[in-house]
Amino acid sequence: MSLLEIDDLVVRYPGRRRGRSFTAVDHVNLDVRPHETVGLVGESGSGKTTIGRAVLGLAPVTSGRIRYDGQEIQSLTRAQRRPLAARIQVVFQDPYTSLNPAMTVEDILSEPLRAAGWSRATARGRVVELLDQVGLPTGAADRFAREFSGGQRQRVAIARALALEPELIVCDEPVSALDLSTQDRVLQLLVDIQERTGVAYLFVSHDIGVVRHISHRVAVLKQGRLVEFGKCAQVTSRPEHAFTEELLLASPVADPGRQRERREMRLAHRERTSATSMSPITIQRSAP
Amino acid sequence: MSIEISAQAMDAPNRPSTFRMILRNPLSRVGVVLLVVVMCALVAAIVMDWVAPDAPWSADLYHLNEAPGTDGHLLGTDSGGRDVLSRLVVATKATMFSGVIALVVAMLLGLPGGLVAGYYGGRIDMALDWLSSMVMSLPSIIVLLAIVSSLGTSMWISMTALGCMMAPAVFRLLRAQVHAVRNDLYIDAAKVAGLSDLRIIARHVFRVVRGPLVLMVSVMAGVAITVQTGLDFLGLGDSTTITWGGMLGEGFAAMSANPVLFVWPGLAMAVTVAAFFLIASGARDALQRTDGGAAAASRSKATHLKPVPASSDAPPGADDVLAVRGLTVGYPSGGEVVEVVRSANLTLRRGHTLGLVGESGSGKTQTAFALLDLLPRQAMLTAGEVWLDGTEILRLAPRDRARRVREAIAYVPQEPMSNLDPTFTIGYQLIEPMRARGVGRAEARDRAVALLSRMEIRDPERVMKSYPHQISGGMAQRVLIAGAVSTEPRILIADEPTTALDVTVQSEILDLLRSVQEEFGMSIILVSHDLGVIADLCDDVAVMRDGQVVETAPVEEFFARPRHEYSRMLLDAVPDENHVRPDYVEARSARQGAHTGEAHR
Repeated sequence: MSLLEIDDLVVRYPGRRRGRSFTAVDHVNLDVRPHETVGLVGESGSGKTTIGRAVLGLAPVTSGRIRYDGQEIQSLTRAQRRPLAARIQVVFQDPYTSLNPAMTVEDILSEPLRAAGWSRATARGRVVELLDQVGLPTGAADRFAREFSGGQRQRVAIARALALEPELIVCDEPVSALDLSTQDRVLQLLVDIQERTGVAYLFVSHDIGVVRHISHRVAVLKQGRLVEFGKCAQVTSRPEHAFTEELLLASPVADPGRQRERREMRLAHRERTSATSMSPITIQRSAP
Repeated sequence: MSIEISAQAMDAPNRPSTFRMILRNPLSRVGVVLLVVVMCALVAAIVMDWVAPDAPWSADLYHLNEAPGTDGHLLGTDSGGRDVLSRLVVATKATMFSGVIALVVAMLLGLPGGLVAGYYGGRIDMALDWLSSMVMSLPSIIVLLAIVSSLGTSMWISMTALGCMMAPAVFRLLRAQVHAVRNDLYIDAAKVAGLSDLRIIARHVFRVVRGPLVLMVSVMAGVAITVQTGLDFLGLGDSTTITWGGMLGEGFAAMSANPVLFVWPGLAMAVTVAAFFLIASGARDALQRTDGGAAAASRSKATHLKPVPASSDAPPGADDVLAVRGLTVGYPSGGEVVEVVRSANLTLRRGHTLGLVGESGSGKTQTAFALLDLLPRQAMLTAGEVWLDGTEILRLAPRDRARRVREAIAYVPQEPMSNLDPTFTIGYQLIEPMRARGVGRAEARDRAVALLSRMEIRDPERVMKSYPHQISGGMAQRVLIAGAVSTEPRILIADEPTTALDVTVQSEILDLLRSVQEEFGMSIILVSHDLGVIADLCDDVAVMRDGQVVETAPVEEFFARPRHEYSRMLLDAVPDENHVRPDYVEARSARQGAHTGEAHR
């Protein structure tokens, strides 16, 4: 049985004044099972982040259903959602704006605990545990988030997400702002945590290489629509859809010889599909 | 697991609070000293009220307009024979109190209004904004005079009215501040964590605005006291309370008989207002320093150029279009120089691409800026040589160096959007640099259109007329490459040119760079942390770490047999393509282990 079921989800933003409305997510069906990582991959504007935000109650759902553990959550008010805070959590992309620069790490980590009714002393104990869990020293608790590097900040953000021991964490491009070697360590941390705690991830990324590394199943999105959803190995090795193949070929490999091959395949692929699909070079209307 | 900061460093938290920062500032220190003087007077006034309530009122008709220093009257007496010093001290109370009334009213109205309007936006915001605009459009002095003449001279009434007039300023400041942080991700994270709006506003939003609020409160205190004094001076105040304004008025009336009388209340006013304004300026300086003083550092040219001949490194060959030998760049920090680039050696072969690899803070961008002659003013080029087409340019006069660099080297930045001016059309931004080099308007235009279509932009005429916000990030990067190529450079330095773009757009931009390089015969330095991008475009690779070039190699060699330990570490960090997670197995009981947190309560 699935933990999270997204059923025919539509998120549409009304246009300003007479402008046209913008459909960010267009009839998408997805599900995440307990202890599973589902990767959401696509270009910017593909709606992958919006799906994550809709699950978190941060984006308005136009139609469709989001069921969590059997319960419909798409139209809950903020107050009604509060019990879900202990079950669904988030790690955002930008570790610089996702942590309040004016708060200490202890304040940041104990905030969800205090909101859930923990006492100050027990929260403090949990903060020490959390820091240990994400590989930060205990002394970090008294420092400000702004004193840390990007990778360390992302560890703090992961610790905050883990505070209430959720069953699902929405990870919105959690490593794309990090250096390569830091990226690798944070991904490994996420896998370790999953193996220890059994948490499920909805993992949003534009980098199919990263998604392939961490996901059990992968969903590919294009312009708000789901083009492919299946087992990671199958989607990322033998894609059925031309767009998935395009994404795979565009992702550069750290090997000059293979990258040259890939480049040639990419050009051949582009020529094959250019007859059917629009060129990606189109001018955008002013943003809605 | 490796940790970037050692545990020891973590044990010594060093965090000057905002308020301590304000107190450290010399301006606000003077302000605080002055404020302490005023506060002493205030305490004295309260004590006098209690010990000798009649002192400021008792008139000695035999000693009118006595000079300062007369026996028993340190500051003399006024035209009514009353002691000036005791009146001056007692007046502190009423004057300060008037300021407090105005401030409290302004805060009570402006603070919640600004927080709520800024946080929720929408209709509440519109209504409150409209209201505040209306109040701001009223001429405040005339309104105050009308209120005083119709409702009476009580200080309560006039200062409450003044508070209402000042409230929009508080409202606007807070609303703008809250607007700026409202969409920050930490607010979203707090929502997901289950915090109520009230708690989010109190914990997260208020922390951001309290700094600017300190500044505003001290300025407004000064303004309120000045206005109150003005009203009393004009005789519109309550004649039964002693205020500095009232004393000023009396002194003005007795100007010919006792000119010194005018000085004391004026001085008291000046000291008080100066105290508030000095604290405010100190607060502003302190806040600016915490909010990114580094970013404010000017980007004008490095002035501390002291090139020292490099060691016995091989001189550049005839085919090396750009060669760097022993380049060292440092920044002064607390009396010593911190080196961000240390004895770097690089060689760019003609018509080839050199990849500069490293993680953030490795000095790769600083090296690129040094080559572009774009280092900030405080940067110090302490050693090294840069050979451009066989000429060592660091020893040239700054103007010659700048000219040579501009002629030969073009730059493509990481963030395409922030490198286009939002107020000008794309066409203007492409044409102007060519015009500055003496190309005619029509020719520059034609060349710009031709370049845009060369960059595989479909409708160049339309793009020429567009503003930067109307085009996508990938398109903006094409425009910037067109701009870089328009000056026909021999060398292109691209600093993470595709990091901000999608992978599909990234591959197109890389293809574009490759074909442009072939057509124009350019040499490229590509700065990147992405080894896939390096593998795609580069012929040679240089790896930087902590300001040093640790390895230089042809690209095939580098990926096949990395020599330096750090290069191997970087390559190991690339996600292994053949690694896929083991198949999903039905979870060992979904909620097992979950919510053990309840046990902690």
